[in-house]
Amino acid sequence: MKVATQTFKFYSLVLMLFVSAFAMAENTTDPVQNSGGQVDTKDKVDAYILHHIQDSHDFSLFSYTSDEGERKHFGFPLPIILWTSNGLRTFMSSEFHHNDDGHVVVEKNGLKFAKIHSKIYELDGAAASVAFDETHHATNAHKVLDLSITKSVVGVLIIGLLMLFWFTGLARQYKKRQVPTGFGRVLEPLVLYVRDEISRPNIGEKHYRKFTGYLLTVFFFIWFLNLAGLTPLGFNVTGQVAVTACLAIFTLIIYTVSGNKDYWMHMLWMPGVPVLIRPVLAIIELAGAFIIKPFSLLVRLFANISAGHIVVMSLIAIMFTLKESLGVVGATGLSLVLSFFITLIEVLVAFLQAYIFTMLSALFIGMAVAEHDHDHAHDEQGHEVSDAEDVRGDFI
Amino acid sequence: MYNLIGAGLIVIGAGIGLGQIGGKAMEGIARQPEATGKIQTAMIIIAALLEGLAFGALFLGK
Amino acid sequence: MDKLLNDFSPGLFVVQTILLLLLILLMVKFAWKPIMNSLTEREEGIQGALDAAEKAKLEMQNLQADNANLLKEARAERESMLKEARDIKNTMIEDAKTEAQTQANNMIAQAQAAIESEKKSAMAELKSHVAGLSIEIAEKVVRQELSNKDKQLELVASMLNDAKLN
Repeated sequence: MKVATQTFKFYSLVLMLFVSAFAMAENTTDPVQNSGGQVDTKDKVDAYILHHIQDSHDFSLFSYTSDEGERKHFGFPLPIILWTSNGLRTFMSSEFHHNDDGHVVVEKNGLKFAKIHSKIYELDGAAASVAFDETHHATNAHKVLDLSITKSVVGVLIIGLLMLFWFTGLARQYKKRQVPTGFGRVLEPLVLYVRDEISRPNIGEKHYRKFTGYLLTVFFFIWFLNLAGLTPLGFNVTGQVAVTACLAIFTLIIYTVSGNKDYWMHMLWMPGVPVLIRPVLAIIELAGAFIIKPFSLLVRLFANISAGHIVVMSLIAIMFTLKESLGVVGATGLSLVLSFFITLIEVLVAFLQAYIFTMLSALFIGMAVAEHDHDHAHDEQGHEVSDAEDVRGDFI
Repeated sequence: MYNLIGAGLIVIGAGIGLGQIGGKAMEGIARQPEATGKIQTAMIIIAALLEGLAFGALFLGK
Repeated sequence: MDKLLNDFSPGLFVVQTILLLLLILLMVKFAWKPIMNSLTEREEGIQGALDAAEKAKLEMQNLQADNANLLKEARAERESMLKEARDIKNTMIEDAKTEAQTQANNMIAQAQAAIESEKKSAMAELKSHVAGLSIEIAEKVVRQELSNKDKQLELVASMLNDAKLN
C-alpha cells in the first residue's frame, strides 16, 4: 500500500512537471534568427548538430515554421544563474529569445549579458552590443561563471531523482520480502552484476564493500544518462566535458585518497629498480596517475557519446542532404534504416561506456588498495620480475 | 587539412589495434570457450585503453 | 585541445560536482547500503541453508552408519547371548547329571549300608531267636527225653536236622 502511494506521488510529480512545462511553453517568434531556423541544408545541419552537442540554456522540444512564415519554438525556458564580477544575477533564459549569436543583449542590474554559442558572456564596461573580430570571437565581452540550471543539469536532476526513487524502492522491498517484485526484479541483477563482475574482482574481496556504493552510483548515473541521450528529449549530458571531467576527478580523488603505502611506494620510489632510473619512472608514474588516467576516462566517455550523437544526427540529416540525389522516399528510407541500426549500436555503446568507466574506476581503485602481502617476486640480481599487474599499470 | 590526415592515421592505427585485440580474443575464445568471460573482460579493458589513447590523440590534434 | 577546453564549462562542472556528490551520498545512505546489506544477508541465508542441508545429510549418513553398527552389535550380542544360554543349559544339564549320579551313588551306597546293617541286625536277632528257640527246644527235649531214652536221642537227631536246615 505504501509503495502504491509512493508510486502515485511520483507519477503526480512527473505529471506536474510536464504540465508546468507545457504551461511555460512559449510561442515566441524571432524573424532575425539563424540558429533556430529551418534546418535543411548541409551547413545548417552541421551548425545544428554542433549546437546540439553543446549544453543549452533552454529546453526546446521542437520548433516549426508556421503558415505565416514565423519560426515557432516549442519548449520551456530554464533559469539562468550567473556569478558575475558584480555578484549573483538570475533571470530566465527566455529573455534571450532563442538567440545564440550574441545579438540579443539582456541587461540585469547594470550588467549586460549576451549568449554566444551556448556560452553566456558579460559585456565589458559601457558596450551596448557585442563586437566580433574576424574569427567570430567576442572582443568586448568575457565569460562568467555560469551556474545555470541548463538542459544538462535538468537531465542530471531527473536521472538522479529517478535513481533515488527506483533504488530506494528496491531497498524498501527487501524489508518485506527476500526477492523483489516488479521493476526491482530488473534492477537487482544489475546491482549484482556491478558488485560481482566489476567491483569484487577488480578491487578485491577485502576492500570492495567500501567502494561499491560509488561504483554503483556512477554506473547507473552514466548508463541512464547515456540512454536518456538517445531519447528524443535530446540530452547530451555524458557528452559534456564538464560532466565527464567531474566523474573522472571523483575517481581520481577516490583512488588517490585511498591509496595505501605500497601504492605510493611503487609510484614514487619503486623497489627493485636502479636508483638512477627511479626519479624518471616516478615522474612517469605520477603523470600516469594524475593526468593520463583521469584524462583517458573523461575523454573516452565524452568522445564516445558525442560521436554517437553526431553520427545519429548526421544519419537522420541524410533525409535533407540527399533529398536531391535520392529523392524524398530514397533519402528518408536510407536515413531511417541507417539511423535505426546505428541507434541500436548506440544502445549497446551506452551500456558499454558505463561499464568501461566503472570497470576502469574499479581497476584504478583496486591498484591503489591492493596489498602486496606476498613480497614481489625478485630474481637473483634483485630486479623485480614484473607481474601482470605492473605491466597493465604501465599501459594505463 | 593536416589534422584531418592525422585523424585518418590515428583511425588506421586504432583500427589495426582493435582488429588485433578482437581477432586474438576470438581465437582465444574458440580455443577455450570456458574462458569466454575472462577473455571478454580483458579484451574490453584493453580496447578501452586503446580507445582512450586514440581519442586523446584525436583531441590533441584537433 | 583548444576546442575541448573551450567546450569545458566551469559552471556546469561546479553544479555537476555538487549534484553528483549529493547523489552519491543519498544513494549510498538510502539505497546501496540497505540493498547491499539485504543482498549479503540473503546470500548468507542461502549459504547457511545449504550448509545446514549438507550438515543434515552428513548427520543422516552418520546416523545410518550408526544404525547399521547398532544392528550389527545387537545381532552379535544376541548371538553371544544365545551361545551363553546354550552353554549354561549344557553345563546345567551336565551338572544335574553328575549330581544325580553322585546322589544316586550315595543313595545306593546308603541303601547297601542300611541293608547290610539290617541284615546284620536280622542275623543277630535270628541268632538270638535261634538260640532262644534252641534253648526252649532243648529245654522241652530235655524235659521229655529225660523220661525216655530213646525218644531223647530221636529228638536230638531231628533237632539237629532242623537246625541244619536253618
